[in-house]
Amino acid sequence: MLHIHCPYCEEYREEEEFSVVGEAHIIRPLAPEELTDQEWASYLFFRKNPRGLHHEMWAHSHGCRKFFNMTRHTVTYQILETYKMGQQPSITTEDTK
Amino acid sequence: MKQINRVDNGGRINRHKTLVFTFNNKTYQGFEGDTLASALLANGVDVVGRSFKYSRPRGIVTADAQEPNAIFQVGSSQATTIPNPRATQTELYKNLECHSTNGWPNVDFDLMGTVGKIGGAAMPPGFYYKTFMFPQSMWMSYEKIIRKGAGLGCSPQLPDPDSYDKLHHHCDVMIVGAGPAGLSAALSAARAGARVIIADEQNELGGSLLCTRQLLDGQAAQVWIDKTISELAQNKNVILLPRSTVFGYFDHNYIGINERRSDHLGEVDHNGTRQRLHKVRAKQVILATGAHERPLVYGNNDVPGCMLASAVSTYINRYGVVPGKTLALMTTNDYAYKAALDWHDAGRKVALIVDTRASSDGDMVKEAMQRGINIVFGHAIIDVKGSKRVKSVEVAKLNDSADKVLGSSVNYVCDTVASSGGWSPVIHLSSHTGSRPVWRDDIQGFVPGETVQAQHVCGGLQGVYNLSQTLKDGFSCGAVAAQEACKGHGNDHDDDLNVVPQIDELSESASMALFHIPHFKPTSRAPKQFVDYQNDVTAAGIEMANREGFESIEHVKRYTALGFGTDQGKLGNINGMAVTAKSLGKTIPETGTTIFRPMYTPVTFGALAGSDVKQLFDPARFTAMHSWHLAQGAEFEDVGQWKRPWYFPQPGETMQQSLQRECLATRNSVGILDASTLGKIDIQGKDAREFLNRIYTNPWSQLAPGRCRYGVMCKEDGMVFDDGVTSCIDDNRFLMTTTTGGAPGVLAWLELWHQTEWPELEVYFSTVTDHWATMTISGPNSRKVLEKITSADVSNEAFPYMGWIPAEVAGVKARIFRISFTGELSFEINVQANYGLHTWEAVIAAGEEFNITPYGTETMHILRAEKGFIIIGQDTDGSVTPQDLDMNWVVGKKKEFSYLGKRSWTRIDNQRSDRKQLVGLKPKDPNFVLPEGAQIVFEKGQAIPMTMVGHVTSSYFSACLGYSFALAVVKGGIDRKGQSVFLPLADGTTVEAEICSSVFYDPKGERQNV
Repeated sequence: MLHIHCPYCEEYREEEEFSVVGEAHIIRPLAPEELTDQEWASYLFFRKNPRGLHHEMWAHSHGCRKFFNMTRHTVTYQILETYKMGQQPSITTEDTK
Repeated sequence: MKQINRVDNGGRINRHKTLVFTFNNKTYQGFEGDTLASALLANGVDVVGRSFKYSRPRGIVTADAQEPNAIFQVGSSQATTIPNPRATQTELYKNLECHSTNGWPNVDFDLMGTVGKIGGAAMPPGFYYKTFMFPQSMWMSYEKIIRKGAGLGCSPQLPDPDSYDKLHHHCDVMIVGAGPAGLSAALSAARAGARVIIADEQNELGGSLLCTRQLLDGQAAQVWIDKTISELAQNKNVILLPRSTVFGYFDHNYIGINERRSDHLGEVDHNGTRQRLHKVRAKQVILATGAHERPLVYGNNDVPGCMLASAVSTYINRYGVVPGKTLALMTTNDYAYKAALDWHDAGRKVALIVDTRASSDGDMVKEAMQRGINIVFGHAIIDVKGSKRVKSVEVAKLNDSADKVLGSSVNYVCDTVASSGGWSPVIHLSSHTGSRPVWRDDIQGFVPGETVQAQHVCGGLQGVYNLSQTLKDGFSCGAVAAQEACKGHGNDHDDDLNVVPQIDELSESASMALFHIPHFKPTSRAPKQFVDYQNDVTAAGIEMANREGFESIEHVKRYTALGFGTDQGKLGNINGMAVTAKSLGKTIPETGTTIFRPMYTPVTFGALAGSDVKQLFDPARFTAMHSWHLAQGAEFEDVGQWKRPWYFPQPGETMQQSLQRECLATRNSVGILDASTLGKIDIQGKDAREFLNRIYTNPWSQLAPGRCRYGVMCKEDGMVFDDGVTSCIDDNRFLMTTTTGGAPGVLAWLELWHQTEWPELEVYFSTVTDHWATMTISGPNSRKVLEKITSADVSNEAFPYMGWIPAEVAGVKARIFRISFTGELSFEINVQANYGLHTWEAVIAAGEEFNITPYGTETMHILRAEKGFIIIGQDTDGSVTPQDLDMNWVVGKKKEFSYLGKRSWTRIDNQRSDRKQLVGLKPKDPNFVLPEGAQIVFEKGQAIPMTMVGHVTSSYFSACLGYSFALAVVKGGIDRKGQSVFLPLADGTTVEAEICSSVFYDPKGERQNV
């Protein structure tokens, strides 16, 4: 059970209030029709599955209903930061922890 | 019956309170303060169960959570019985009833035992895999028999009469274990002002102090315990939890505790909570779980009477029970001498102490010598004689490296063998969070490894076994944890308060690293040397696994079943690793360890469920008209959490008769459906229209206020995931309806796209599902009914199809929508939910002259299927595009924005001509209703596996059409109309059906538009 800091509510809440959405920072292409099938498929289907730091999107579904981002370590389950939609992560390598 | 092994005084039992109990239907007596195990030992009960594989008689080995043999079925009825609690941890109560979980016809005379003895050599590790795997189809049958033979307890068959609950806590410092380390940590943490919770699995706090011989400040340990507990109990920041097992340590310092509040009182009717689950989020966790003693692995070490040395001491000191007459002790260390001293001091005979070391001059060794106890150094017990009780032991000399025995053996008569191979720190909880344990040669044990949790360890858990050191360790650990947790807002307290009492520590000589006692014969031919009692894993079995190529400890575990029992290998795992290491010529750290996982000891389902049972198990949602449906005798169907009327049977009707009546009444006159459960989302903002254009496949730019439109939503992969009608309230406001089950998902979907991709659009979403009560009247007479209760003009001219009007209905403000899911003239009346029942009753009264007929979800399904209207999740499954549904008309071709799903339809896979497409099916036999889910093939009589080309998604008998019909998805089905397909059914028969249009009734759609 993770203990998650919602960047909008600005407090730690239990994992059961949240749901995970998937990899963060995937941007919808502005002109889908101009992409090849392969490019479109990579937007649609291909996701990172790193061992270590992962930037992922979560939703405070049973709280403020806001979507936000999280930098989480997939081995230790440590949450290194949570940040609002539209912001960039401040932690991108394990060395900085 | 007399308690033959109970000594006259001593122990922490109340001799004034005798408790009668039964074990395997025989009556015994014990005292308040006994565990079930101590009471059985007091009564001289040797055999408490039979082993899993060989069915050998087994006795009590330990006095703690490690117990592998004394696991019972406890409880007097099918409602109260609990499988597999350890007798060593079960407090005795009045009239306790228990049985062995293993052994047939009984533990003393066991048919399987004979088989086990003869068959032993024929049942090597991996026996079940090797013997029963082929043919694979028979495995299920074998498995049932094997499981029954194994018999590890039975589940209760009747509802649990007790109540359970849960508590959530936040604390600064959570301390696991209330032995000397945990208690001193609690003292210093509490004195620093921290909010502390301290939990211990035993009925009394104190841990090893409860049976120590050592004095603290010249007084019995109990004086220090009492003083400590009273200080902690008076501190309002401290919660003391005895009888509370910390069963799991989860991420981010989350701790699960099972508190047994009334189990020890027995099966009495009490008004409280039987067990309570505490869920603790702690800023800092201190693990003070201590250490478990390891037995030695020697020949026939499972004969009843073979015990852990520390368990012998515990039974004597804590319970006043000497579990035998004559003791032989085998040890690799000084500490275990305590068992022999306690035995001797209790007035019984110590046959000899067999010390595997060459010598020792520790204080306890000297004490034993002073008492005249025979000590043999450099020897080992290599074999035990006896079957239901130890009769004697064979003792032989060890070589210098202790891997061979020399000379010949000498026989000593005794009835109890205590053994000690040293101590293993209880690393289970620290392993739960993924931390890998680290081997320490100096203490011959694993200790907790690196962790990312805010975790501290102290005392025996990190190999500190000396009492003064343990107390000191606890004090400093508690202070550090409190400081970390409180960071500035704790008390300024005086560290001088944390004084370690004066203790005369005994000198000890070094212990010896020895796990597996050699025999004259090679292990494979020596008497059975048990490593894991509960799973009958022997040293020979592990060596055989190694020989067969299973070298990784994880593989050895799975091949031999080492550590797979209800005890999770607490007693045997380290010895198993040591045997593996020895056989592979590696060290124990090279061999590695398996990881312990939650639960530390089994937790009852009752505790985990808490009060979330029966009506509190899952919330149910009811519409405003629910009481009316109940009064009409409706049968209900669960749709998500909603209780929806399924159909309304009249007396004497079968379900099919009800459905036919409801269908015909609706098509011929008028029916009424409670449609309140459909999801409703209020969408507002100046960009609402643009947002709908991006989310739905069809265009919304031209939809005028007062008009409604059916829309389909796709995910980005182009697959349909919800549908419904959205109405334009005004230019900045729309009301979206969703499927009943899909409502929360659709709202989250809208929020996702708005918040993450299009935050520039000004649009807001609110769920209004519960705000409205919705009733649909449908059928040729529905307008006549409506006209009776509204003054609004509801003629076709004034109020055409796919429009909505605000109106007053039965004196209540309403919105009426002219939309239809049945294909008939329909009006959907929406009123504020608290007027729902009033309006519904008014409609029913107005409809009486037209025989208005309430119908449920099943009739709704039939009527819509006759029209070929899909139900998302029934006719679609997340792999169906609008084109597959033959609904290209719902796809916007000219929309400017590349809306969700659009790009994916041109992917090659979505252009295949053999995609499964939605069609209608007419069975050749007009009365045969195809089973939903039935597979479809193009040619009959194919060999299995047949080439399957689709399946039936919806199937009904239609009273209106007079024949059965179905919707189905079939490969390339849209171009195959008129062709026959075949459905091979589960009963071996094959039925034929014809592919047809999915619209069976009123194909031109004239009836809804009048």
